Amino acid sequence: MGVRVSVAGVGIHPFGRFDGVTNTDMGVHAVRAALAEAGDPSFQAAFCGTAYGGVASGHKVLGALALTGVPIVDVEAGCASGGAALQLAAGAIRAGQYDCVLVFGVEKMPKGIIRSSFFEPWREETGLAATPAYFALRAQRLLREHGLTKDHLAEVVVKNRKHGVHNPNAMFRKEVTADEVLASRVVCDPLHLWMLCSPNEGAAAVVLRAGGDGVTLASARLRSHLPGSVLGEATPLAGIDDTEIVPPSTLAARDAYEEAGVAPGDIDVVECQDTDAARELLAYHELGLCDPGDQPRLLAERAAAINPSGGLLSKGEPLGASGLGQVVELVHQLRGDAGARQVLGARAGLAHTVGRGANASCVIVTR
Amino acid sequence: MIPEGLVETHADGSIALIGGYSPTSGQFHFPRLDTCPYSGATDVERVVLSRDATVWAWTAVTAAPPGYEGPVPYGFGIVELTKERLRIVTRLREADPKQLAFGQPVQLVADPLPNGIVTWAFA
Repeated sequence: MGVRVSVAGVGIHPFGRFDGVTNTDMGVHAVRAALAEAGDPSFQAAFCGTAYGGVASGHKVLGALALTGVPIVDVEAGCASGGAALQLAAGAIRAGQYDCVLVFGVEKMPKGIIRSSFFEPWREETGLAATPAYFALRAQRLLREHGLTKDHLAEVVVKNRKHGVHNPNAMFRKEVTADEVLASRVVCDPLHLWMLCSPNEGAAAVVLRAGGDGVTLASARLRSHLPGSVLGEATPLAGIDDTEIVPPSTLAARDAYEEAGVAPGDIDVVECQDTDAARELLAYHELGLCDPGDQPRLLAERAAAINPSGGLLSKGEPLGASGLGQVVELVHQLRGDAGARQVLGARAGLAHTVGRGANASCVIVTR
Repeated sequence: MIPEGLVETHADGSIALIGGYSPTSGQFHFPRLDTCPYSGATDVERVVLSRDATVWAWTAVTAAPPGYEGPVPYGFGIVELTKERLRIVTRLREADPKQLAFGQPVQLVADPLPNGIVTWAFA
């Protein structure tokens, strides 16, 4: 066993739309809160997750707090930027390089369909860069191969929006019915508008330290897609059957379970990537939580324990901050101070993000 | 404009897709790359891909995504080339998802867009 890494403090700026509030403002809010919880320790390095924040986003936040001088590294790994930053920080502590590291993420996403430099201009011009359409193809494949229906997609939305009611940091805090979800306009069949999360704005921060008596960061692992993987999160133009190619979420989950010394059955509470409702159901399988087609049982039996924060469907998705937002929720769950969202007796939590690159991260916290 | 080397245009206005094939990996890919995306092999040969395919996944895009000025809704999906078993992300001529089914036969067609770009689709 190496050095134990603990979570000394967490902080979050609400996820939503905040005109006139900058990335720096939100980052300052989240970092201040996390450092205050940790007793204002002197940290020796900082990692800042952001995808659209631009040059030196982390420096701007720490500059505004007069906390510069330490190494500050911005980390971009798409939706998994926060998980990537955590892996770097935890690894540096385990290696004995630092005793205390600040990890935070900031994002102000452009409105509407996410525009990504991932796609070359000609793909945009020919209509092949329609992000929600790729989500729709993935959703359709999941429904076909796992024997699921649109009603299950609606059920995920109903569940997460119900949880979001109790999260003061969520963007949407109103319950919805399955009928309302299925009555919202079709964006890309089979996905309706309310089955898709909203890109938005926010910040989150986590202070890690060697030893300590807080929640343990048992593992934080990032993986990318294997060569030839086409129909998962990576979206090159073409490919053969990817059925035999292990997706990045499964690779990251296996690494994380092994590092943490836990099995999927040991996980009490899960925050997983619900960019769209089908993405959450696919995650159940990819993370080893259920067999293909067994998602309805998980929805029925463990609804309260999956995305208790309301998920991205309630919170919205600020890429650089979303993964750390999940970890903030899990830390509250393990401390037992999650209020109306509390999963009773939670001792192990798993946070999962996956997105363009393709990148996937899995973070396991325990107590 | 679509980069050179993806599509071959013929005198009668028809098109063909240009892919790559690596004999050592036995894998086709599209668009053609210098390195086989499955194995890393560099023995990639230029191949004219076949025109017959079946529908493997499909949807319709109902709002113009960033950078796109063509008509909406438009069909979008993945087809599987019958001969090469290669799956290709593509526009679909059919923009009503209810009219398509898994395994439905389709063929490659030229798809001129209002901005002058001629791309490919399956119909």
